[in-house]
Amino acid sequence: MSQEPKKNAFLIFLDELSRSSFLVTLLAIFTGLLLGGLLVAVTTVDVYTAMKVSIWDGIQVALIAMWNTFYNLFIGAVGNPAEIIAALQGGDALTIRRAIAPFFESFVQTTPYIYAGLAVALGFRVGLFNIGAEGQIFIGAATATWAGYAFKGLPVYIHLPLALFFGALGGGIWGFIPGILKAKTGAHEVINTMMMNYIAFLLSDWLLRAPMQDPNEYTPKSPWILDSAKMIRLFDTPIRFHIGFFIALLMAFLVWWLLFKTTLGFELRTVGLNSNAAKYAGMKVTSAIVIGMSLSGALAGMAGANEVLGVNYRLTPGFSSGYGFDSIALALLGRSHPAGVVLASLLFGFLRNGARMMQVRADVPIDIVSILQALILAFIAAPAIIRTIYRLKEQKVEEAGISTRGWRSE
Amino acid sequence: MATATITKTAVITKPKNNTRRIVVGVLFLALAVIIWFGFVRELPDGLINTYVMTPSASDAIFPDWVFPTAPALNMIAGICAIMGAYQLARGFGKFSNLMIGLAVGLFIFGFLSWASSGGTINLGGLLRVMVTRAVPLTLGALSGVLCERAGVVNIAIEGMMLMAAFVSTVFGSLTNLWGGLIAGILAGMLMGYIHGVLSIKYKINQIISGTFINIFATGMTSFLSSRFLQKPEYQHLNEPGLFPVIEIPILYKIPFVGPILFGHNMYVYAMFIFVFLLTFLLFKTRWGLRHRSVGEHPRAADTLGINVIKTRYIAVLLGGAMAGFAGTYFTLGSVGRFDESMTAGRGFIALAAMIFGNWNPIGSMGAGMLFGFFDSLSTKLSILRVPVPYEFIGMAPYLATMIVLAGVVGKSQAPAADGVPYEKESL
Repeated sequence: MSQEPKKNAFLIFLDELSRSSFLVTLLAIFTGLLLGGLLVAVTTVDVYTAMKVSIWDGIQVALIAMWNTFYNLFIGAVGNPAEIIAALQGGDALTIRRAIAPFFESFVQTTPYIYAGLAVALGFRVGLFNIGAEGQIFIGAATATWAGYAFKGLPVYIHLPLALFFGALGGGIWGFIPGILKAKTGAHEVINTMMMNYIAFLLSDWLLRAPMQDPNEYTPKSPWILDSAKMIRLFDTPIRFHIGFFIALLMAFLVWWLLFKTTLGFELRTVGLNSNAAKYAGMKVTSAIVIGMSLSGALAGMAGANEVLGVNYRLTPGFSSGYGFDSIALALLGRSHPAGVVLASLLFGFLRNGARMMQVRADVPIDIVSILQALILAFIAAPAIIRTIYRLKEQKVEEAGISTRGWRSE
Repeated sequence: MATATITKTAVITKPKNNTRRIVVGVLFLALAVIIWFGFVRELPDGLINTYVMTPSASDAIFPDWVFPTAPALNMIAGICAIMGAYQLARGFGKFSNLMIGLAVGLFIFGFLSWASSGGTINLGGLLRVMVTRAVPLTLGALSGVLCERAGVVNIAIEGMMLMAAFVSTVFGSLTNLWGGLIAGILAGMLMGYIHGVLSIKYKINQIISGTFINIFATGMTSFLSSRFLQKPEYQHLNEPGLFPVIEIPILYKIPFVGPILFGHNMYVYAMFIFVFLLTFLLFKTRWGLRHRSVGEHPRAADTLGINVIKTRYIAVLLGGAMAGFAGTYFTLGSVGRFDESMTAGRGFIALAAMIFGNWNPIGSMGAGMLFGFFDSLSTKLSILRVPVPYEFIGMAPYLATMIVLAGVVGKSQAPAADGVPYEKESL
């Protein structure tokens, strides 16, 4: 019937691989890293000095600069293998912990990313663009801090979940407001969450200056949370790894279960794919929007709570760390799927942690991580760029993008 | 079926107008009540307000404005109450937006008088700062207007401004101020072009494309700044200088208004010129009609022979140039050097100003001035010891934008095809 020449299994495999979106994801990450390395090389002054001697010298210096960057990034993210082996042979517990600390620190960095990425991914699934994760993180951190020091005399197994719940509640309220405004008045959630971000920043400024300020401090800082609200650490110092990572994995599982295994999740996803179809099928679109925004806010709030209860133990003004905007890249990189978000968070967490060592040892500013994240974001959002660069074939099924909507509500 | 729908809409529309009338009326009364019970009641007798009408370091002297606080507040509350009663009974009709503006303005004045009662406040200085704070907001909002009127959502104003601020500093230090200005504008245009390629050619979500530019610009400028500008051996790259203040000869001598409006550097005058130029271009020329038609109904525009894709590219390039110009204000017009993340979210407030100003240049400037006033006021109130935290004053622009967007008090309407990628129908 078909006139096509017969293909062997290997060619079919290559063909399928070339069309898969997984390959595009890998190539997007690879291309982002490569461009980041090139940027380091281009901004290294020694390269130009060496260029004056000969072009070959210049290239050599550039390659060394790139190698230094990535080597230190790697060592910073997972630890120095030689040091780890030596420590294990030495047998001193503290030395071993010091050697493996960077590896576990990467998981500490990953944890808030998981929550924030899940928040945005859940929003995407309901067709909502939650650009306000940053503000929800702030509010979640503030409410969790309050619960962490205001409730006294509770045992750990009550106080810790309670504080985490308060974080989710605070973030949830911050997500609920744009949600209800969108459902009732059609006001676009992108603008409202953005406005809520700034209201959250100012509100927490005020909270730290007045009602929540530690009376023993002259600068705006909250009191320390009680020991019973702290996330349990699994190792001694200097390893800061705490059970928050496992709670985040549990939340990722719960989000997956909710979205793909329950009726509510089905309705949420249907509203996200086609709200008109959902309406005609008898689903409540307005309540799906409100639930979607509230859950998204609650997850972001848990990211803030996690940072306070697991790492900082108090609220300080410089708390923001740009998780809010990174989370959009995370959700896209993870293709709005909880498992994908966890993998993307691991990548960003290891990058962010490794970058600190890179900054100290290779003198490359940590901001390069933001550039990498931005580039990866663009390549994932526009797979056509990657497909053009590497001459890959078009995917058979159209790649699932984010439903594009204007400001005006339908 | 069709008739049923029509009657249904007709029935729905009428009470909605009524609801709005009542909401606005109640708002006026609430303002009056707040002034009476919140401000006047606790006020000791015989307090006097002194408003200094001349900004500091100005030679156009104008006498101070002195009046007793309590009677003035009572009068303001009275006016609000009368307006509320009339609004509830008859409604101001098409003047209601104007009346809302008047009532809110009166209320702010009342609040200020109460906050500074028994003391002195430099009203001239406050308003002068307002104008300077409004410049980046208004210019940024104009960038948004240019893009969004052609149907491209631009949340990347922040990133474009930041990139332009950085580039203008480096080039301004290497050449002169005008070289820096042009380089900054070109940097903004480049960012706009990238936004265009991603969102028009590759049709990726315009909000994601904007987020990309914001993250990328923040990362790139911080990276280059800490790699070069912050190091002592590269300080000469971070000294572009400042545009000088130009006092407009005759206008500057106008009492009160003169020093506030006509004693600035060229950015303030450029703002006024651009606002009126853009209003004229968008609403009075054939070019503007085409530009807007692409934002409202691209398919119809295409049928009439307007090149939708080209129009949108021109829109993002012009929008990028405008945002770039706004970005250079931070370095060449205000601070005189580049600092990391120095735009500090102004691009997002500019976006809010554009929405508040209903996608309209003059409206954007009005919103920019209002937001600038709140900005100026919250800095002033952080010095005065006022029972209301200044952070809450700072929240006012964001809350106002949310209220306007929700359509309870006023309604802002985006271009119909804003944010929708255009695809030609395949034959």
